[in-house]
Amino acid sequence: MSGAQKAARAAESRDIRNRWLLSAPALLIVIVAAVGPLFVMLLYSFMVKGDYGDVKFGQFSLDGWSSVLFQRDIFDDTLGLADAHLAIIWRSIKLSFLTTLFTAILGFPTAYFIATRPAKTREIWVFLVTIPFWTNLLIRTFAMQQVIRNEGLLNNALVWLGIIDSPLQIMYTDTANLLGMTYVYLPLMVLPLYASIEKLDFRLVEAGYDLYANRLQVLRRIVLPLVSPGIVAGSILVFIPSLGAYVIPRVLGGGKNMMLGNLIELQFGAGRNWPLGAAISITLMALVMIALLIYVRNAARSGAGHA
Amino acid sequence: MRKNHFDLRAQPGFGLITLFTFFALYLPIAALVVYAFNASESLSVWGGFSTRWFVSAWNNDAVQDASIRSIVIALWASTLATLTATMAALATTRTRPYRGLTFKYALINQPLMVPEIVTAVALLIVFSRIKVWTGYSGLGYLVLAHTAFCIPFAYLPIRARLEGMDLTLERAAADLYATPWQTFRRVTLPLLRPGIIAGFMLSFVISLDDVVITEFVKSGGQDTLPTYMLGQLRRETTPEINAIATVFLALSVVLVMIFFFINRKRE
Repeated sequence: MSGAQKAARAAESRDIRNRWLLSAPALLIVIVAAVGPLFVMLLYSFMVKGDYGDVKFGQFSLDGWSSVLFQRDIFDDTLGLADAHLAIIWRSIKLSFLTTLFTAILGFPTAYFIATRPAKTREIWVFLVTIPFWTNLLIRTFAMQQVIRNEGLLNNALVWLGIIDSPLQIMYTDTANLLGMTYVYLPLMVLPLYASIEKLDFRLVEAGYDLYANRLQVLRRIVLPLVSPGIVAGSILVFIPSLGAYVIPRVLGGGKNMMLGNLIELQFGAGRNWPLGAAISITLMALVMIALLIYVRNAARSGAGHA
Repeated sequence: MRKNHFDLRAQPGFGLITLFTFFALYLPIAALVVYAFNASESLSVWGGFSTRWFVSAWNNDAVQDASIRSIVIALWASTLATLTATMAALATTRTRPYRGLTFKYALINQPLMVPEIVTAVALLIVFSRIKVWTGYSGLGYLVLAHTAFCIPFAYLPIRARLEGMDLTLERAAADLYATPWQTFRRVTLPLLRPGIIAGFMLSFVISLDDVVITEFVKSGGQDTLPTYMLGQLRRETTPEINAIATVFLALSVVLVMIFFFINRKRE
């Protein structure tokens, strides 16, 4: 190796070392206050629960994990399925799917409509979607609460119109959760959909019409397949926060319609079962990771298809 | 254009659904704001226009405390996040891929991947033990936790800006005998400024808005404005909450608009 090469290599390794030093503070903060605690929590999920919360440090047990799905019968000590937990897990998955579906049904036509406006007005429409997106989630949940309460805007309007006689009980039901999540996460569906529809090549649509396709056929056979990466991206962006929702079900769903996020809180609060809470948290994280993996695989495939 | 011109892009009913979407997006917010100006105590009966709830919110000690605490935490967290994220962005862009680069990306963006409630309880576990060990239970925990989840939001716009800058100007500065520090101070930093401002504002808003992580990490008497509001929602609410929410809303909208215009100018 020549001297020049050696010097170049030394300079390069010095550069890389400097780059590590430069990024160290950010990495350290994320490790201490985000990634590290997750590993501690994993450890906690395998410990014996403390009598007043916390855990008995150093005493290991699989109880936390087994009680995610099973519960021990207090009379004959046999293991049965923990129906309450299963119901909550099922509710979380069901409501997240429905939220994704509803946001797509409203979001796709909206994104399509915005993307087909003239450039000048388009910017205003997008801005109007961005404002609710950046508005505090709690405030939007609270706004929704005021609309669907028994004496709220929706019920008052329906009674006034004569459609119903007495107010509908929407608050503290799954419907309230669903309405709240659809409302709060709708911009997360519209924005990625808009980004992909905006890039749509309308010459392909024109070709479709030339070949005697009608509007519905053009939509189904040309537009939807071409913007499917946007649909997948939007669905993931809506599905993942829905699955981990905490504030919305706490405010709108009440105690009887808990979702996974509230079940986790319960274990760290009144339930005093930290290992179980930790195990449920990791389960939730695993569900999110599965959703992300499906997305990445999908993105890779559709990327390969275009190449 | 001919009158019976066939519009390729039109789809029947889409305009109507769009109208409904925007109606649905804005109606609840509008109702919230309107009832903030309600003179009566009720959230459903209109008792005339009044700003009394803004006055009562302003004079509410708990609200004042929580607002100041929110702003202090957000300023600390977004400053620290922007500073460390700028350094990290400089370290991870404009280079050939090196070992550990992907690891750095994954780590920095990790807070975006994990549901907030999961991070929140994990922090509760760790910080509650540290609180016992050290006896310290100040705002430091909240600042640290906020800084961590703000870092990706500060990092992304700064990195995007850096990736759009080539090294030509920096090389020119070096050719003119500028020291590395002078080059950074006089060339890199001014070019990077829009990205840094965007990153700072994003993380400021993100920190200000946070409910879940704050709710689990805070010690007694450390309510921020969002956690204070969450606590109030449990009981019968008066339009005072609407007034607080309205001010909060106005602040967010102003920040977003500034952000939007900075970004537009850049293009």
